[in-house]
Amino acid sequence: MELKEKLVSSFLAFENTVDIDTSVHDIRSHAIKVFEEKGFPTKKEEAWKYTSLNSILKHDYSIFPKEENALEFTDIKKYILYDLDTYKIVFIDGKYSSHLSETTHDKIDVCLMSSALTHDRYKPIIDNYFNTVAREDGITSLNTAFSSEGAYIYISKNKLADKPIQIIHFSTGTESAQLLQPRNLIVVEENSHVQIIERHQSLTDNPVLTNSVTEIFVDKRAHIDYYKIQNDHENASLIDNTFIQQQAQSIASVHTFAFGGNVTRNNLNFYQKGEGIDSILNGITIIEGKQHVDHNTLVHHTEPNCESHQDYKGIFDEKSTGVFNGKIIVNKKAQKTNAFQSNNNILLSDKATINSKPQLEIFADDVKCSHGCTIGQLDEQALFYMRSRGIGKKEARALLMYAFANNVLESVKIPQLKQRINKLIANKLGVDIGFDV
Amino acid sequence: MLEIKDLHASVEDKEILKGLNLQVKAGEVHAIMGPNGAGKSTLASIVAGKEEYEVTGGAILLDGEDIDELAAEERAHKGVFLSFQYPVEIPGVTVTNFMKTAINETRKAQGLEEMPAKDMLKKIREKSELLNIDRKFLSRSLNQGFSGGEKKRNEIFQMAMMEPKLAILDETDSGLDIDALRIVANGVNKLKSKDNAVIVITHYQRLLEHIVPDFVHVLYDGKIVKSGTKELALELEEKGYDWIKEEINA
Repeated sequence: MELKEKLVSSFLAFENTVDIDTSVHDIRSHAIKVFEEKGFPTKKEEAWKYTSLNSILKHDYSIFPKEENALEFTDIKKYILYDLDTYKIVFIDGKYSSHLSETTHDKIDVCLMSSALTHDRYKPIIDNYFNTVAREDGITSLNTAFSSEGAYIYISKNKLADKPIQIIHFSTGTESAQLLQPRNLIVVEENSHVQIIERHQSLTDNPVLTNSVTEIFVDKRAHIDYYKIQNDHENASLIDNTFIQQQAQSIASVHTFAFGGNVTRNNLNFYQKGEGIDSILNGITIIEGKQHVDHNTLVHHTEPNCESHQDYKGIFDEKSTGVFNGKIIVNKKAQKTNAFQSNNNILLSDKATINSKPQLEIFADDVKCSHGCTIGQLDEQALFYMRSRGIGKKEARALLMYAFANNVLESVKIPQLKQRINKLIANKLGVDIGFDV
Repeated sequence: MLEIKDLHASVEDKEILKGLNLQVKAGEVHAIMGPNGAGKSTLASIVAGKEEYEVTGGAILLDGEDIDELAAEERAHKGVFLSFQYPVEIPGVTVTNFMKTAINETRKAQGLEEMPAKDMLKKIREKSELLNIDRKFLSRSLNQGFSGGEKKRNEIFQMAMMEPKLAILDETDSGLDIDALRIVANGVNKLKSKDNAVIVITHYQRLLEHIVPDFVHVLYDGKIVKSGTKELALELEEKGYDWIKEEINA
């Protein structure tokens, strides 16, 4: 049976596991119909022209998480920022792992979507926000239809989350192939601030497909920094759908560190709903082998005096392929918009490819919008310069790549995280030199 | 120390060096002068190991060992240093960090332990004082936004840190005002010893007033066509290169 049919027919079984007399379930029921109608995206769609899901949809994925497969802290320590005091929401094969997690209801809510969807206490928030910004495309609707678990984070007015929050998903290979569909809801009320780190990590050779949807609401003058670490197993694929709605004078930044996996697709959407908003989208992609990373971004400016800054760096080796598709829409009303986008790439091999496409739709006349894209090789003269100082070829190349990606790295605000990313990059490039400047 | 024998080299099939001979002994300072396009910078890059150039004949010996097959970093490990005419900007890598990496990679290749952080800092302090380099300067990204003079001073600072056996200064005087020139020359002179050698490549005599050469060579059309002492540099300054061209063509 094709995956799509299997999913649609599994919806009945799913309904036996959730409360169907809720408004959330009305949303799910509608979503499964949308998915049934639209299905998975194909390369015929403009937005998916360079990313094919065919090879990853052929597996016979198990759809529902079974019992929790226990992992010990020592098994997963290296995937967690453990030298930093954080809240943690940890899932193993889609099931919440209470003994690896550290949640809270003290002033802020850092807990589970399954609780938020079923307890009355959260109903006003769920009714107000759930599925209100997520798009109605096939892949998002699929997640919505089966949405039941994920992270729920609520920061009420004038609160500073006292420490960063890590959301980590592990898959352990208890199933021969596993589909995971986490659903996250994050609400940051007026004047509040939170930092979140998200990671998907497969610990198995078995294929894993994660179709994740995260809705983020950033109220007036609120501030969120979101970091995505994508450094997964070669058989793990990720479709990461993030929808961010911002109110006046809020700041939202998303960093995406795409260091591998099988097929990775990031759909990152910012919707500005007030004046004086800043949206920041940064990314570093470093991949090799046959890995594929696709960044599909959207920033929709609807009100005057807002900004957006996009800076994506890509380094592609061997037969890896990259896509950057950055769309900026500036409504007629959104005068004095400053929207900047840059996508710089280095191809280390003749067989690596990058397709980079800016899409600007500007309907206002008094705006500053710029976009720039470069595709090049490592600078030979710079390599010679470093090597003439006694630095070996591999290290010199690594230093240059590090320098190339540096300004994105510099914008990481959590020092321990920055250090960890440094280390991941050094590992990626196969060098043992300290980058921490 | 350095012996270049009948060196022929080309880049993209264009022959640039056409049978060059040069012998440099420890403790000596040699100046190589010559008109634009004579092959001066090519010679510097080839000795330092730039891969784009193809050596088609002859040999480069360092302490009697043919270094033609060695990579640039291996030559550096053996004590060859090139001060670049156009130092490359490397954003995100500070001067200090670059030097730490360069020195420790070199030590690793020489089978030595990494230099203890304390010693490294001491050395950096000493050498930066020698070249009047502000401490703040050391935590800036390598060459990024540096003025021409700062770049050159930074090159000599790196030379001081690396303590090479053979230093080649490629047009280190270009873009320097007289004060910077004096600081740079003073730095080079302090680093000079009976165990190392310096090759100064320059267009002009003025650097040679400060770094006094034992020998001056004229490089023209891929060969050394005339050698002499420091007086030759003065003569070149006064008369230009035309008389040499005429002498050769006669």
